[in-house]
Amino acid sequence: MMRGVSKRIGSIKFSALSPDEIRKMSATKVITADTYDDDGFPIDMGLMDPHLGVIEPGLRCKTCGNKVDECPGHFGHIDLAMPVIHVGLVKEIKKLLQSTCKTCGKLLMTKEEAQRKAQEWELMDDLGGDAIDYRLLAKGTAKDASKNTTCPHCGQEQGKITLDKPTTFREDGHKLTPKEVRERLERIPDEDLPPLGIDPNSCRPEWMVLTALAVPPVTVRPSITLESGDRSEDDLTHKLVDVLRINQRLRENRDAGAPQLIVEDLWELLQYHVTTYFDNQTSGIPPARHRSGRPLKTLVQRLKGKEGRFRSNLSGKRVNFSARTVISPDPSLSINEVGVPYEAARELTVPVHVTKANIEVLKAMVKRGSNPPLEDGRYAPGVNYVIRSDGRRMKVTDRNAEMIADGLEIGYVVERHLMDKDVVLFNRQPSLHRMSMMAHTVRVMPWKTFRFNLCVCPPYNADFDGDEMNLHVLQSDEARAEAMILMRVQEHILSPRFGGPVIGAIHDHITGTFLLTHKDPKFDKQETLSILSKVKHDHLPEPVVVDGKEYWTGHQLFSMVLPKGFHSTFKASICRNCAVCKKEECDLDAYVKIREGKLITGTIDEKAIGSFKGKILDKITRDYGADAAREFLDNVTKLAIGAIMVRGFTTGIDDEDIPEEATRQINEMLKDSVRKVSEYVQAYRDGTLEQRPGRSLEETLEVEVMKTLGSARDEAGQIAGRHLGMENSAVIMARSGARGSMLNLSQMAGCIGQQAVRGERLSRGYWNRTLPHFKKGDLGAQAKGFVQNSYKSGLTPTEFFFHSMGGREGLVDTAVRTSRSGYMQRRLINALEDLKLKQDGTVRNTADMIVQLQYGEDGVDPCRSVQGDAVDIDDILAEVLGDDAEALARLEEKKVAGYATMEKDLMETIEEEEVEEPEYDAGGGGGED
Amino acid sequence: MVESDLHVLEHDLVPEHTLLSEQEAEKVLAKFKITKDQLPKIRKDDACIRILERIEGPINPGRVIQIRRKSDTAEEFIVYRLVISKELKG
Repeated sequence: MMRGVSKRIGSIKFSALSPDEIRKMSATKVITADTYDDDGFPIDMGLMDPHLGVIEPGLRCKTCGNKVDECPGHFGHIDLAMPVIHVGLVKEIKKLLQSTCKTCGKLLMTKEEAQRKAQEWELMDDLGGDAIDYRLLAKGTAKDASKNTTCPHCGQEQGKITLDKPTTFREDGHKLTPKEVRERLERIPDEDLPPLGIDPNSCRPEWMVLTALAVPPVTVRPSITLESGDRSEDDLTHKLVDVLRINQRLRENRDAGAPQLIVEDLWELLQYHVTTYFDNQTSGIPPARHRSGRPLKTLVQRLKGKEGRFRSNLSGKRVNFSARTVISPDPSLSINEVGVPYEAARELTVPVHVTKANIEVLKAMVKRGSNPPLEDGRYAPGVNYVIRSDGRRMKVTDRNAEMIADGLEIGYVVERHLMDKDVVLFNRQPSLHRMSMMAHTVRVMPWKTFRFNLCVCPPYNADFDGDEMNLHVLQSDEARAEAMILMRVQEHILSPRFGGPVIGAIHDHITGTFLLTHKDPKFDKQETLSILSKVKHDHLPEPVVVDGKEYWTGHQLFSMVLPKGFHSTFKASICRNCAVCKKEECDLDAYVKIREGKLITGTIDEKAIGSFKGKILDKITRDYGADAAREFLDNVTKLAIGAIMVRGFTTGIDDEDIPEEATRQINEMLKDSVRKVSEYVQAYRDGTLEQRPGRSLEETLEVEVMKTLGSARDEAGQIAGRHLGMENSAVIMARSGARGSMLNLSQMAGCIGQQAVRGERLSRGYWNRTLPHFKKGDLGAQAKGFVQNSYKSGLTPTEFFFHSMGGREGLVDTAVRTSRSGYMQRRLINALEDLKLKQDGTVRNTADMIVQLQYGEDGVDPCRSVQGDAVDIDDILAEVLGDDAEALARLEEKKVAGYATMEKDLMETIEEEEVEEPEYDAGGGGGED
Repeated sequence: MVESDLHVLEHDLVPEHTLLSEQEAEKVLAKFKITKDQLPKIRKDDACIRILERIEGPINPGRVIQIRRKSDTAEEFIVYRLVISKELKG
């Protein structure tokens, strides 16, 4: 194992290869287009010449004498009969031709001008410029030079050089052959090159016109033998065969003195083949295709794009010590744990250095072998490999386990299986923010899925409809320490995105605490013990005694998980924002007051412990630290699950049952609204509709209609809502913020409402109508996509069609949004990836240039900010002034108007959207990622 | 380009630009322990620099400009930029 830096790269230089260099590094000249002879042996001086390297095991390279994997491969070369232009360099060639004289080759600039340019180069060296700056400067020089139409040195009138894409140069409309181009480039003197950004010591411009073509080693383009025994060649080999064949014909024709026309045609054909050999997606020419019609994958295609060498093999790689499987929930795990299946744990290993202190333990582990059985039904780690001090790896098998264990010495490294408390990184793609990859501690468990606490779903954006996640085992102590400090789940409870919690209770946890605390219910001893069975606690609080029986209240039970001395006051999610807040006397029990770690009044719901919103969670993390918050979350979720299980909780379509009377009321009201709409339409037709300022008559009608139908839906929801009380499971979930919204409920029980595409009523489809079932030009409610029915009552065929139209827009939006935001994210990350926050608070790039003089201009870590602010004044006030009513009132006021609330409201709307999405892909299951 | 009469520095949305003397510039560099080339840049033909030149006389590349601007997070924030010749960047 090599560790540390053995060699440091000082600099890298990219340049063009000269024909001489190509020939010098060539192991063989390639002249024939044939690859193998009839016996299947490679032909000498063919494209598969054994001098170019070995791809068949057992053979030796004719150049270096090494076997497969040892021989790096060797370049060959093709001597081109006529020079051709290199497609990748046409821009440079054009620049050079335009800025130099056609006869004397000198830069089209007077001595003085050139002098000035040289000074600018020097200035740039002083002020610090990157590669882009230098390129721009060179470009500027070329531009200035090409403005001169006569050569200041020899007085020659210059022609206008144009480029006929991709590779044909013209001067005043006359074609320049590559040969002529090359001759011109040859004439450019060395001293005129530096101002154009070329170092004459490493690159001469005429090398941009090829006279020799390097043939890559066979290891770069291996041929494969199919089962049938046929050989199949790599795309590059195919292309090189084409080049060779045309090159051969061109040479023969030229030497035989064939007509100019034929030679030129062949020359152009050679140019085509060489061009496509480099880049098969050059615009302006048809791509070279395989016999099957598939375009060939040539040099540029190998490197470019997402599947190219850079992005898929160099920037990103497949790694060892990683695992991937389906995820499932396990509420009994702590939020920073992850359940790993036995099978995965036996495959993933951690290297442990054998020391005096651990040799006995490790010996026992090695003795177990690589696949030990469960010991008393418990998992015990074994060992897969032992690495001796001399670096030799020994695979541990059942047969040699004893022997290796006995031979274990200090200084060996043992690759032991994963075991409980190991630190691993856990990740779900797309990794959009830093919470997409967090450090968990391992719990090895039976069955075959990765398991984790439900509170960690929001940061990963995971659900369990078939999602898979990746796990990486850390291999060194430094990595483990770093991960434990920076990447642990609890360190990420507060998000840098908005300075609030991203990890928090969801769904049933919220329902559970709601049931536990709303209106402070009482639980008898049996229920209490059942609720608390999984919660860490040492003794029960003082019971309330009623009629000689002991009871514990929900508030008492919830207070058990709160840290000592915790203070907080806020309004719960169920708060209806009454005009005058009754505070402690709230009818809805929405005023949450916590003093000295005891819940006094109020209901614990999404606003208290939910992810994104949880106030209690937020405050505990800030005031008591990440570990306390982790403990709180672990306990509160277990408490919530205990509470929900004592009462029992279910929801079904009958939760949306409303009395017949209500249904009648809704129908009546809807009928009224529809009639009102037709009245508007009539008024519009009669010309009596009053036009609104700034709107056309048509727009006025649409606005009025939309308003009428919108309020119709709301009213239907209200009527339905009157019959859906707080005892209703669906309402509990919607009100407490556990899942769903009141809008969802009113659409199920009352009326679905107007369907819209691009914010307008549906109008497209048939001529002047949406469907052939309606009259042409019908502007009524039904004809333009108003759905009167509820999800429960069922939709009519036309309504169903309209609903699909509206639904489709949502789907298309999501698809477009994800792809667009993905690309935006990529560009943003590429721009920011090497920025670093230095010790002095400045943000700098890798060149140590200052990007920002103070991080975020205020130097505040958004993770530790209070919704973006450095200090939470309100909180300090509340702490200092205690329950001073006036101060608190002022505090409430500020919260409504404050900047923080605005941002948070923004967050909430986004959340709402995200909640909608799963409804569409819920059936998707496996096709999740 | 025709030089406009508009005084961009007087516009509400344009932050306050001031030319630092060489000594002041040295102080800034010393404060951040950097060399001139590590500063953010501003082009000599930037509208603000052209206006400043009217007031201060020619500003050569290599001078440092102080910009005092409003910030969402810090209310007011001061940045420094190095004047560079117009050919560089962009």
